[in-house]
Amino acid sequence: MRILVIGLCCMISVLAVQAKTITVCPSCSTPTIQKAIDQAVSGDEILVKAGTYQESGLTITCPLVLRGEGMPVIDGQRKGEILIIAADSVTVTGLEFQNAGVSHISDLAAIRVKRHDYFTVTNNRVINAFFGIYIENGKHGTIKNNVLLGRANNEMDSGNAIHCWYAENLTISDNLVRRYRDGIYLEFVNKSIIADNLSEFNIRYGLHFMFSNDNSYTCNTFYDNGAGVAVMFSKNISMTENLFAQNWGRSSYGLLLKEIYDAEIIDNVFQKNTIGILLEGSTRLNYQNNNFVRNGWAIQMSGGCLDNHFTKNNFTNNSLDLVVNSRVNNNTFNGNYWGEYTGYDLDHDGLGDVPHRPMKLFSHVLTEAPEAIILLRSFFVDLINFSEKVSPIFTPENVLDEAPLMQIVK
Amino acid sequence: MKKILKYTLFDLLRSRWNYIYFGFYLIFTTSLLMLSGDVSTVIISLMNVILILCPLIATIFGVMYAYNSREFTVLLLAQPIRRSAIFWGQYFGLALSLSLCLLLGIGLPFLYYGLSSSGAAWEFLTLLGNGLLLTFIFSGLAFLIALRNDNKIRGFGLAILTWLFFAVVYDGIVLLLLLFFRDYPLENAALGLSILNPIDLSRILILLKLDISALMGYTGAVFQKFFGTLWGTIVTLLSLGLWVLIPVLSIRMIAKRKDF
Repeated sequence: MRILVIGLCCMISVLAVQAKTITVCPSCSTPTIQKAIDQAVSGDEILVKAGTYQESGLTITCPLVLRGEGMPVIDGQRKGEILIIAADSVTVTGLEFQNAGVSHISDLAAIRVKRHDYFTVTNNRVINAFFGIYIENGKHGTIKNNVLLGRANNEMDSGNAIHCWYAENLTISDNLVRRYRDGIYLEFVNKSIIADNLSEFNIRYGLHFMFSNDNSYTCNTFYDNGAGVAVMFSKNISMTENLFAQNWGRSSYGLLLKEIYDAEIIDNVFQKNTIGILLEGSTRLNYQNNNFVRNGWAIQMSGGCLDNHFTKNNFTNNSLDLVVNSRVNNNTFNGNYWGEYTGYDLDHDGLGDVPHRPMKLFSHVLTEAPEAIILLRSFFVDLINFSEKVSPIFTPENVLDEAPLMQIVK
Repeated sequence: MKKILKYTLFDLLRSRWNYIYFGFYLIFTTSLLMLSGDVSTVIISLMNVILILCPLIATIFGVMYAYNSREFTVLLLAQPIRRSAIFWGQYFGLALSLSLCLLLGIGLPFLYYGLSSSGAAWEFLTLLGNGLLLTFIFSGLAFLIALRNDNKIRGFGLAILTWLFFAVVYDGIVLLLLLFFRDYPLENAALGLSILNPIDLSRILILLKLDISALMGYTGAVFQKFFGTLWGTIVTLLSLGLWVLIPVLSIRMIAKRKDF
């Protein structure tokens, strides 16, 4: 008898703990996701079958899994936000969010995480949203494999695809973001990883850091954005193996660095950007093994840049390799490959015997009189560049590579 | 005029210098294409050469030919032929022969390497068109110089100076002006100055056809906007057209009055 009672108690307690699955489909007993959320308790799973659900303002307030099967569509009908995550440990996966609202007063998002942690947002599609995925004060989250397609036209009335504000330990990977204002925007976000994303055709930046420290982004592709990546007012950022391509047009950059400290920029490719890297007030940065190919300007360095060290980078077919605006600097170029290097290597140690001066006189002239760009590639400019190279007078004397490589770095 | 043009053309096409000129372009273009393979890079390299070489050869060769054929000219003058026909015939014969060298020397390798499939056909045509225009402009100037100066040495000197002025010195002056007045907005001034020089104008037109044009837009859209619009195209074509027309008309004017 006692055993029976204990057994019964055990069964009841197990039943109580075991999560149930609530299925949502247009013809089920729970035809709307709102209803399912109302019924659900902690740990439940809501399984949404294929179909279109015209719902908005869904708020999840306990830990649960919201899973779509066959890519069901939640159509917000432009009425505010679609899904708000207001609980820890929520998973949202396999759903398509369409037509979230647009507002000029508040930042409406298709999916918003509000002051809770341990969220997972994967395999979703967000189409036509003002803001796509908005993390507002959340830690330990994963945003993976999502596709976010927008149709931003100008900076004023468009939002960011993935927007994170006050967050920590995020993993943002394998997402596709296209045609928003910023592809991925991070403000006050620390210790996060951004990897393997493709960010393209965004109006402003492909990826944007503001006041965000100790982050790394790697293996991403930034294609044809206003500027590929902007890193501003941040510390300890590691940037590796990314491709910055086709950020081409008036005032476009591959990478914009402004007021940043202690960063590593390694193994990246900068291809066909108007300016490969634009630095302003950036200190203690290492650049290694990057490829600068066919950019207008490979590197433009404005004032206040200290301790930038360039080693083993390739500079090939750029219209201008380097512009340095200030005469006083302690930035070094050592052992890079310069396509334009014309020196020789008599002792065959792989290093040129004559130092290379990457800063041409014409670059200097351009900083003084930008209109002189109209003389680009004229014979006269070649002549003055040559004479300046032979005996530098105007260009900063200490901007030179003492040991330029003879062979391209593989 | 046609007959004289024909004689001049055939006479020049037999000339050794013409073959050397043709051969240079042929070998140069072929080797560039072989080394690089990327058509648009080759167009940039070719641009630098064409912008220097076309005017240079046209001026030197033009002056040389005008002086060398002086006896023939005097002989022709004794015949009942209009003066303008004689000089225009010679001028067009010269310009055409040089243009043919350019056309074939650059065109053949590009055709062989598959220009039509590369998608750079338009850039190439711009390059070629500008090369041809420069040839016509500078051989006209050369003829003019030769007509004005009976002294060969003086003529040669002037011809070289003319080339030097347009190819090098002019840009230097522009740059100095830009630096000197850098406190003022200078985009329109820079634009105006570059329209006055056929070599600069050709260079800018070619650059704007290439990707590199984005750099032109960097300081402000003025350059790109101007050359991109119909109005800009009309002005540039007008300027280049005037550069051909003025020497040609001047040749007639001087030829009419000149005492041989």
